[in-house]
Amino acid sequence: MLEKALNGGKSYWLWLAGLSAVIGLAFLVYMKQWTFGLGITGMHRDFTWGFYIAQFTFLVGVAAGGVMLVLPYYLHDYKAFGRITILGEFLAIGAVTMCLLFIVADMGQPTRAMNVIINATPYSMLFWDAFVLNGYLALNLIIGWKLLEAERNGVDAPKWVKPLIYLSIPWAFGIHTVTAFLYSGLPGRGFWLTAVLAPRFLASAFAAGPSFLMLLCFLVRRFTNFDPGEKAMKTLMKIITYALIANIFFFACEIFTAYYSQIPEHMAHINYLFGLGDHGHGVLVGWMWTSMALMIGAIILLVQPKIRNNEKYMPFLCLMVFFGTWIDKGMGMMAGGFVPSPLHHYNEYVPTAPELVITVGIWCVGFAVITVLYKIAVSIKEEIKA
Amino acid sequence: MKNRREFLKTAGATAVGVSALSGSAFAIGEYFISSKETKPHAEEKTATRWGMVINTKKLNEEVIHEITTACHTKHNVPDCMTFAEPKDPKRKKHHEIKWIWEEHYHNAFAPDVVEYLSKKLEHTPFLVLCNQCQNPPCVQACPTKATFKRPDGIVLMDFHRCIGCRFCMAACPYGSRSFNFQDPRNGLPDRLPTNPAFPTRMKGVVEKCNFCAERLAIGKKPYCEEVSKGAIITGDLGDEHSEIRKLLEENNAITRKSSLGTGPSVFYLV
Repeated sequence: MLEKALNGGKSYWLWLAGLSAVIGLAFLVYMKQWTFGLGITGMHRDFTWGFYIAQFTFLVGVAAGGVMLVLPYYLHDYKAFGRITILGEFLAIGAVTMCLLFIVADMGQPTRAMNVIINATPYSMLFWDAFVLNGYLALNLIIGWKLLEAERNGVDAPKWVKPLIYLSIPWAFGIHTVTAFLYSGLPGRGFWLTAVLAPRFLASAFAAGPSFLMLLCFLVRRFTNFDPGEKAMKTLMKIITYALIANIFFFACEIFTAYYSQIPEHMAHINYLFGLGDHGHGVLVGWMWTSMALMIGAIILLVQPKIRNNEKYMPFLCLMVFFGTWIDKGMGMMAGGFVPSPLHHYNEYVPTAPELVITVGIWCVGFAVITVLYKIAVSIKEEIKA
Repeated sequence: MKNRREFLKTAGATAVGVSALSGSAFAIGEYFISSKETKPHAEEKTATRWGMVINTKKLNEEVIHEITTACHTKHNVPDCMTFAEPKDPKRKKHHEIKWIWEEHYHNAFAPDVVEYLSKKLEHTPFLVLCNQCQNPPCVQACPTKATFKRPDGIVLMDFHRCIGCRFCMAACPYGSRSFNFQDPRNGLPDRLPTNPAFPTRMKGVVEKCNFCAERLAIGKKPYCEEVSKGAIITGDLGDEHSEIRKLLEENNAITRKSSLGTGPSVFYLV
């Protein structure tokens, strides 16, 4: 099936060449980080996870979001998703690939990555995160490949694939729950120390993942002869709507708990993010309010069936959801956790240019992986149709 | 690499062999004290929980300077302001490494600060460092056991095992850990250790106060205590007859963020 990735048109190769150029540049910048250290980033003693881990956290959500196709199709026999579950699985592969690369980019001693396996430490949440992410990657690779192969040959997939599919459903919830546990189990970090963090992560994932998938569906429809189907897309929009409402609801619960209890340690971080109080800091204030405006604005529009179901508006709505949740769960999650510091210092963080280039490079790797996988999937679907 | 491993293997075997007679060999990564050289402090032999009392009444700018300088020079802690990169002093500060340093009461004891504090306390400089927690969140977070707790209660780090994920830094509620954002030798005079007997670290690993474990192994007390003019007293909190326990019985002491259940082993007399 890999041969399908090798016979594309001019625009396909141009796109991949463009991505490779950016990846190459980012790799050169990464070499600078390799030799000098993480000091080329804007991170510091009080703000130890920055733009890389922000992307990582968000993308675990995108990867988990694929389950919003798999679950209705396999557990509820929702046929409309049948044609595009493969797109969800391949998106998950691209997203997890980016996650793993962001983790490596963030490591001070990347050559020691295998220490996590050699010295496996089950009481560390990071160990479990490495385990579930790699497991999820393997599951989606095997499932996606086998299903596509079967589809191409016009036969049923081998019997052993079914249990793996069923396993991949709770596993998707697992990857994002464990990612939330990285944060929510730390004493002294008021912003993260909340039981609602994992549910909130899942809610925003099930909005962000499907909205990214929707955008990809539009691209697929535009550049190929494959149509994901109107019904599937409308259902996805409905899922995005509910998930986004749940995300905002969970956030509102956070706001209530912090401000009604009036515990300074819990209010301080939200005050910082949204520019409330008199601490005199707030590089992210504009971003945070933008995020809120995008998400709440999207909800107002999405709850109206006429707007939600109109294909003309869908891409814009999905962009709103995507960027709103990207800020919220990316930099918002990092800055809220680290500022103010446990010693109540306000030491802010702004990513540096090299950091941004490396980040864009990793995104391009993800796009390249998704492009190639989608090319294979769509070519095979076109082949069957013909 | 091979040599070092074999050296440590032999050393380890020797240590097991003679530990009944004297102290065990002490090795953390490449830092090594042979069993012949180790003569643990009498207290170290039986200690189950090393702890520290900081008498803030005896702290002043001069003593604090002595303490931080002694600790940082003896442990080859770089001076971030001498880093060539980055150029901007504010960003140099981003790469700061500190094991023991001064903080204001409001920061050291945030969020449990008391209103209408006595004028004296308000202006007293506090020293903060790793609390050598009984229940350390950093040890729990570390995915490689590069941070671990010894039977004597000291939380130590293996700089050669650390992958630089900085999970421990997010986990520590006391901000006690620093990360080497660049080669720490960039901040040492002529790129040489200020104390050749102690290892320098490499870029990309986390570090923190080690309670002078290398000193306890040869029968000495931590550097900070030595130069503190009585402001710092260390001892075995696990021994109810120890000097440090007596001190705590007779004085009012506080610890940082005791409500978190980490069990700090650094106490402050105020």
